[in-house]
Amino acid sequence: MPLLPAFTLSPNNPVGQYLVRRVLTIVPTLIAISFVIFAVLDLAPGDPTSALPETIRPEIRQQIRKAMGLDEPFPVKYGLWMRQFFVNEPLALIEKAFDIQIGDSESRLRVTSWGSRGVPVMDMILERLPQTLWVVGLAYVVAIVIAVPVGVVSAIRQYSVFDQVGTFISLIGYSIPTFFTGLLMILLFSVKLKWFPMIYDTNLSIADWDSFVQQLRQSAMPVAVLGFFQAATLARFTRSSMLDNIPMDYVRTATAKGFRERYVVIRHILRNSLIPVVTLIALGIPAIFSGAIITEQIFRVNGLGALLIGAIQLNDIPLVQTVTFIFAFLIVVFNLLADVVYGILDPRIRYS
Amino acid sequence: MMGRQISTLRVIAILLAMAFLLAACPAAAPAGSEGMTADGEMAADEEMAEEGAMEDEEKVLTILYWQAASLPGPYLSGGTKDQDAGAITLEPLANYDPDGTIVPRLAVEIPSIENGGVSEDLMSITWTLKEGLLWSDGSDVTAEDVVFTWMYCTHEETGCAASEAFLGIANVEAVDDRTITITFDSPTPYPYNAFVGANSPIISSVQFADCVGAAAQTCNEENTSPLGTGPFRIVDFKVNDVVVYERNPYHHGEPAYFDTVIFKGGGDAASAARAVLETGEADYAWNLQVEPDILRDMEAAGLGKVVSAFAGYVERVLVNQTNPHSDLGDDRSEYMDGANPHPFLTFPPIPQAMSMAIDRTLISEQLYGFAGQPTCNVIPAPLHYVSDTNDGCLTQDIDGANALLDENGVLDSDGDGIREYNGMPLKISYQTSTNSVRQKTQALLRQWWLQIGIETELINHDASVFFGGDPNSPDTYQKFYTDLQMYTTGPTIDPQQHLSNWICEQIPMRDNVWGGGNISRGCDAEYDALYEQLTQTPVGPEREALVKQLNDINVQNFYQIPLVYRGEVSAHLNTLKGVWINGWDSQMWNVGEWRR
Repeated sequence: MPLLPAFTLSPNNPVGQYLVRRVLTIVPTLIAISFVIFAVLDLAPGDPTSALPETIRPEIRQQIRKAMGLDEPFPVKYGLWMRQFFVNEPLALIEKAFDIQIGDSESRLRVTSWGSRGVPVMDMILERLPQTLWVVGLAYVVAIVIAVPVGVVSAIRQYSVFDQVGTFISLIGYSIPTFFTGLLMILLFSVKLKWFPMIYDTNLSIADWDSFVQQLRQSAMPVAVLGFFQAATLARFTRSSMLDNIPMDYVRTATAKGFRERYVVIRHILRNSLIPVVTLIALGIPAIFSGAIITEQIFRVNGLGALLIGAIQLNDIPLVQTVTFIFAFLIVVFNLLADVVYGILDPRIRYS
Repeated sequence: MMGRQISTLRVIAILLAMAFLLAACPAAAPAGSEGMTADGEMAADEEMAEEGAMEDEEKVLTILYWQAASLPGPYLSGGTKDQDAGAITLEPLANYDPDGTIVPRLAVEIPSIENGGVSEDLMSITWTLKEGLLWSDGSDVTAEDVVFTWMYCTHEETGCAASEAFLGIANVEAVDDRTITITFDSPTPYPYNAFVGANSPIISSVQFADCVGAAAQTCNEENTSPLGTGPFRIVDFKVNDVVVYERNPYHHGEPAYFDTVIFKGGGDAASAARAVLETGEADYAWNLQVEPDILRDMEAAGLGKVVSAFAGYVERVLVNQTNPHSDLGDDRSEYMDGANPHPFLTFPPIPQAMSMAIDRTLISEQLYGFAGQPTCNVIPAPLHYVSDTNDGCLTQDIDGANALLDENGVLDSDGDGIREYNGMPLKISYQTSTNSVRQKTQALLRQWWLQIGIETELINHDASVFFGGDPNSPDTYQKFYTDLQMYTTGPTIDPQQHLSNWICEQIPMRDNVWGGGNISRGCDAEYDALYEQLTQTPVGPEREALVKQLNDINVQNFYQIPLVYRGEVSAHLNTLKGVWINGWDSQMWNVGEWRR
């Protein structure tokens, strides 16, 4: 078994140095991202009052814009947002998590939505997070559990019936868009067979066995649609990674030593083939948080994706800015994580 | 060494896990201490549900809006979805019923000149609240709440989306606990704009005391769960997602049939229709902008019914009374005090023949389905304002149209199939916004007009440009650089504001940066005189007659050719009784009377 690389944060240690450097570069990266997001959204045409009925007069629209703080110049708005987002919001989160009060929290302005005036954007995001994590996360787990074994078997039995069928289904999986499979499932399982509900009930609290079953029933279709799509991609990736490793010398050596096939596959080929797959999975995790916009919309799962699309439609710029920034943050962090995990799994990678 | 490495890894993993938990925790318990009460209530509900299961099931009404509510009520968020989410719990002094009649809600009766509620000089109106009204927390409703609502919405920094309702009001004052007098800036023949309809319900002066002006932006709890007087009260408001209401024990009227109302948002119109008409998961689905054929198929499943709400919207063709020819440069479609008339559309028999050639029934049935009725008027409702002298247009008459043109000497003299007027071939351009229904309508009209020897060039512009009002764009409906154009507008419940668009003064031109509402650029002295009279005539038969006359002048001069009276389509389960869909007020206006 290969030794794991040394992993302490001392400055003498190359990995430690690498990590410190990477973490430090995150800060300017995020500031740059926040500026770009803020600037692009602020300068883009679009007006939160445009979603209002046409009967509302221009003077009244102007009053509404003013009440939302749209009249301020750009640097003021950006500075205010930075302060609200990086200072006030974390403080509010800590207060809420530990039920304490830090300083004058009443007068501390939080980032509030334009569409739902007075409602802090963070509260809206946190309200949506559980649904997204449950539905999209579960789909991801289901996809991994199905895709990896399918990919492995497809590779070691290349061109067998199993491989052919698997390849065919995967091809269908990632070439048919989720809105189509979603619609098909609704028509089949909700309208015709009436097995699953087509409306996701966000207020369902799991208190007993029945409500748990209810939760499973209402998640079944979105999870299946998303899982199918993800599994198709992952299975293809696992298969090709396995195929890269099968003809390697070390595999032949292990087989020549007389190990059983199962042992060679699991201990040698799979271990090495999974390195890029794990990276792919790690890089895909931010996508779980960003939700699956279309799938959430179709099944009325009120997760982050649905929140973002609604905010875009209403020109609710503070909400769009905050949600987009959080996604950017997650992508940066998980990229770093993927790099680190890659190094841990593959001893050939050295950080220097 | 290795053990230590792994433990460092673990630390990172644990940190990550903690970050997630921290993020997810507050979400599980909404808003700290309130979470306690909400949980407590939820537990109570479950207990009730368990008990109820033995006797009878909890009665839940599920309403689907494919646009989710951002806030309940019309003041801070102007969408119909928000107004309707509010209308389940907030009440105005009076409502409009689906026929456009005003019916009392919190008021004892509708003030009028006869009962002394409206002053003879039309300068003030006095409302009286019902006795013993209570907010949903049990506190008293007083005249101060009405005054406060006015101050709240008219405060400039509140950014109130409904301030339109309070235009022209000089003062609102509480005479005593139950009496409110509204005084106007000038004589107001129609004094019922404020506090009538879901657009201006009463809010609590105690609850919102600290939320006036700029502070409205910070009142999270007040904005999402206002106290109401209606049949239900808000239990839980999840922004842009779902609202849960329970029966309001302090409601002044009959207690509601349903124990709980769930107002669920999100998704799309077609799937909302499906959830009611095909799976029966929801009781009511709002604003189903779905192809008529698909909707008919869904209705055929037999679970529910499609219903339409009509207000005053009319899809119409506007006939340019000025010359839009491109050779005129800056003078295109300029009125110039009548010096630039259209070369042939101002000759009435031509637009009359064009109107006769249209099969309005076909358009409304095929293209609008449940959401349209053929109409010959620009004021299609309320019923007492509708003229019946133009109804002849409901029958298509291509032969009659051809005969009319022949009689008036508009003939095809060169044999190319296109008629000429004063040597000018009848070739017209016809613009509208890009929209599949509008493009199909254009195609139908073009085909009919070809049969009477008129050639039409069809043009469409993206809606954001066409309705955008950019004075630098040549493609806006205000500039009207074509012979015809088509879109929808409609009157509010009192048509005066709408009729004011068509006086001569309102003609858009360079000098007013195309700001007027008289888009057809038709000017008729008789119309202006009658309109002046209307602004001084109180509600009653005389006013009704005037509105009809104004409508007739506009239609019979062929300034506008009305096509379809447009409504909004919703659907409800067959088992849901008491739905009386309303185009003038919120569709939720009588939700307290719904039952199974």
